[in-house]
Amino acid sequence: MPLTHNISPKNVEQEKLYLEMGLSDAEFEKVKNILKRRPNFTETGIFSVMWSEHCSYKTSKPLLKKFPADGPDVLQGPGEGAGVIDIGDDQAVVFKVESHNHPSAVEPYQGAATGVGGIIRDVFSMGARPVALMNSLRFGNLTANRTKYLFREVIHGIAGYGNCVGVPTVGGEVQFDDSYEENPLVNAMCVGLIDHDDVQKGIAAGVGNTVIYAGAPTGRDGIHGATFASDDLSDESDADRPSVQVGDPFMEKLLIEACLEVINSDALVGMQDMGAAGLTSSASEMASKAGTGITMNLDLVPQREQNMNAYELMLSESQERMLLVVKQGHEQGIIDVFEKYGLQAVAVGEVTEEKSFLLTQHGEVAADIPVDALAEEAPVYQMPAKEAAYVKAFQKMENTVPYVADHSAMLKQLLQQPTIASKQSIYDQYDSMVQTNTVVTPGSDSAVIRIKGTDKALALTTDCNSRYIYLDPETGGKIAVAEAARNIVASGARPLGLTDGLNFGNPTNPEVFWQMKQSVEGMSEAARTLKTPVVSGNVSLYNQSNGQSIFPTPVVGMVGLIESLQQLTPSFFQKPGDLIYVIGTTEAEFGGSELQKVVEGTYYGKAPFIDLQVEAERQKQLLAAIRQGLVRSAHDLAEGGLGVALAESVFNNEGLGLEAFISGDPTIAMFSESQSRFLVSVKPEQKQDFESAVTDIRQIGRVTGDGKFLLRANGGTLIDENVQILHDLWKGAIPCLLK
Amino acid sequence: MKFAVIVFPGSNCDRDMYHAVKHVLGMKADLVWYENSHLENYDAILLPGGFSYGDYLRSGAIASASDVMQHVKKHADAGKPVLGVCNGFQILLESGLLPGAMLPNKNLSFMCHHEALAVSNHETQFTANYKKDEIIHLPIAHGEGNYFADADTLSELKRNHQIVFTYENNPNGSVSDIAGIINRRGNVLGMMPHPERAVETLLGSDDGIRLFQSLIKNWRNTYAINA
Repeated sequence: MPLTHNISPKNVEQEKLYLEMGLSDAEFEKVKNILKRRPNFTETGIFSVMWSEHCSYKTSKPLLKKFPADGPDVLQGPGEGAGVIDIGDDQAVVFKVESHNHPSAVEPYQGAATGVGGIIRDVFSMGARPVALMNSLRFGNLTANRTKYLFREVIHGIAGYGNCVGVPTVGGEVQFDDSYEENPLVNAMCVGLIDHDDVQKGIAAGVGNTVIYAGAPTGRDGIHGATFASDDLSDESDADRPSVQVGDPFMEKLLIEACLEVINSDALVGMQDMGAAGLTSSASEMASKAGTGITMNLDLVPQREQNMNAYELMLSESQERMLLVVKQGHEQGIIDVFEKYGLQAVAVGEVTEEKSFLLTQHGEVAADIPVDALAEEAPVYQMPAKEAAYVKAFQKMENTVPYVADHSAMLKQLLQQPTIASKQSIYDQYDSMVQTNTVVTPGSDSAVIRIKGTDKALALTTDCNSRYIYLDPETGGKIAVAEAARNIVASGARPLGLTDGLNFGNPTNPEVFWQMKQSVEGMSEAARTLKTPVVSGNVSLYNQSNGQSIFPTPVVGMVGLIESLQQLTPSFFQKPGDLIYVIGTTEAEFGGSELQKVVEGTYYGKAPFIDLQVEAERQKQLLAAIRQGLVRSAHDLAEGGLGVALAESVFNNEGLGLEAFISGDPTIAMFSESQSRFLVSVKPEQKQDFESAVTDIRQIGRVTGDGKFLLRANGGTLIDENVQILHDLWKGAIPCLLK
Repeated sequence: MKFAVIVFPGSNCDRDMYHAVKHVLGMKADLVWYENSHLENYDAILLPGGFSYGDYLRSGAIASASDVMQHVKKHADAGKPVLGVCNGFQILLESGLLPGAMLPNKNLSFMCHHEALAVSNHETQFTANYKKDEIIHLPIAHGEGNYFADADTLSELKRNHQIVFTYENNPNGSVSDIAGIINRRGNVLGMMPHPERAVETLLGSDDGIRLFQSLIKNWRNTYAINA
């Protein structure tokens, strides 16, 4: 135990102990100006976590303001635990994505598990029942032993936590690229359902009201986790293992049920998860939002270990803890609910009129800080941005077509690329069906969960092709949002809104900050055009190790509404005889493509072009056609282009095959990654109706029942393969790599 | 017919079970918190899946020691039906209401997907609505579903036709492909696959609905005779 109470404020300043905690010299001066004295050790720690990037968004705030957050259906935008969007019938959907990258890099099982736990708490702290989990993962190449270990343990961690709490993990995405070798990304998204009346806020309103601590006792785990998450990973990061929290999903399950019971009580004023920066951020943010102050007696905080000092109690990131504000005199009813579930709930403080954050321990003042200094007055930095030379060079390049000698062999090779290959061996480890709402299980464009008691369903997806963003962050940012919306629309849903998980390198590097700025610009424009407001999000910076940045990876989690289950549309072909159409046009676009990686081993050139107006129009037309019952299946064209999409479309229903005709350069036709395209199948008798409802279409063939993948080009046969062979290669690739 | 769905701390298929019997089958049902000991008024007891007590110690071990299981035993001793699914099956094994034990799946991973099962005994009150040796599809979702029993127990199970469901493609290493067993008296059934997850075609299968219908039919017949 560090004997921090022996370290005087003078020592903190003279020995510059604040630097180790993550405060700069200038920030420390600002703290002194706010307090009009030197901060003590505990106060310095509190400022350092609250002013860390993870809690304060000090470098990303100016960018985040650009996101469109409003829409006619938005009930709660960014700023609370999670965003809330109206879905009719007095119900709303609550969702947010969060990253747990650094913890997962040093302790993958617990890092991933507690990432899941944290995002679930963000959702039920709003009063919503968590109904689905998704995750967006990035790893290095699966050939390295360490990557295999990280991959296995992250999946086990997600499964271990999500399965136990009884929230179905219904899908997500996994991509593999060199840049994530040392710094994997683990982004988890949780979706909840709520009645309008039940929406809670994390506010500490009402002077004299009681602050209640509920859930697991506080230990020494995760101290300074938020600061750790706001620094580069390095070879020394293994020493940060104690900064990784340890999760207990059983405790979380009890906490969910207790909190969802407590929201029925009129005595509850506000509720917030103790996430990053634990007790410090939850208490100070709740007070700051309400315009009040909070005083807490730390002797009353349930503790798992002995002799914890104020610094440790305030900075611990022990999991499965909630902070509640309850009407004075009504504490016992709330405490009884927690006790029913065997959970501790203890009054630890009260809401005060004076806007200060006042902590006492052993009868002495441990910290006394103006509340707004922590939340509202955190420093905001306008970082310099500079376009990287490589990006400029890429934009000047002409589009070229990688050389493919044997299209059949290439299709097989692409189907075995880990980014494209079947993720069934992963999804199988997740309980995707608990709660009995999962209509479309993982592996389709969107996962779909029905809403019991209605004819409606939610479509969910996460997307981000970081290769395009690396080549051209603004275009790539547009594509990330557009692709997510395309996946939602393909399932028969109207996109409602999105949550963003911004994963970037070190923002003090002007080229990295430029990537952030440009991709946020692109995402914002796409979100405006496609009418998908950004209602929540998370920023994870310093994703670099040993000087090497990750590809810029702003993950988009999107939710859509299927207004009638009859409109639910599968991703893959259904019946022999159905006609196959491609919506959209195909150009020679291979920058950042899977084919470019396979053939040339690197990414370069322009990202695929995207016109957001065209995108919006095609999505609108397809959704209208789906609602008229004219579409049997619809699938977004993405990595690996038409060739891969065609193959995926015949894998799901045994015995299906296809015969299709392509024209022009077969490499372009099969493997280009041009944007704003769909692959759809249509009943033969609806040919006329479909063709008059949707423009920019081309019929390329039909679904067969002979299990053959037959592709004809320019009067000859380009590919003649058994679907079963293609399927087995696609399905077996990842298990084979993991052996 | 009135069902009790016992809710232990950490149960997570309790609401699914309740939804199946209450909303899909239209029966009376209550979620009964494990501290409630009044089970006399229920005609059948359902022990749902999940991770009771976090599956700490061993799956189902801590729940098996809770007071409510004494009342479940009384209910079973009275000849009334008890169904344990997944974690509920594990609890029945741990509490001695059914013989055998669970091991981790042979691949050491949790697994969740639909499995083909054979109805090995269609002459129980839980399976009367299935045909002899019928193949049905139910979801599984477990990390420890690898059923084990010693040779003597196994031959007794076989001799008495206590093996009710077997896997067509054994996913977890269970001895003799066992997916579900019943006690000798024929009123306590434990099974790893989830019939409550397969009561609506929308979710991929409604093969589980006949299990509940069998129970209801049997109860009605018995009730009609007694009345």
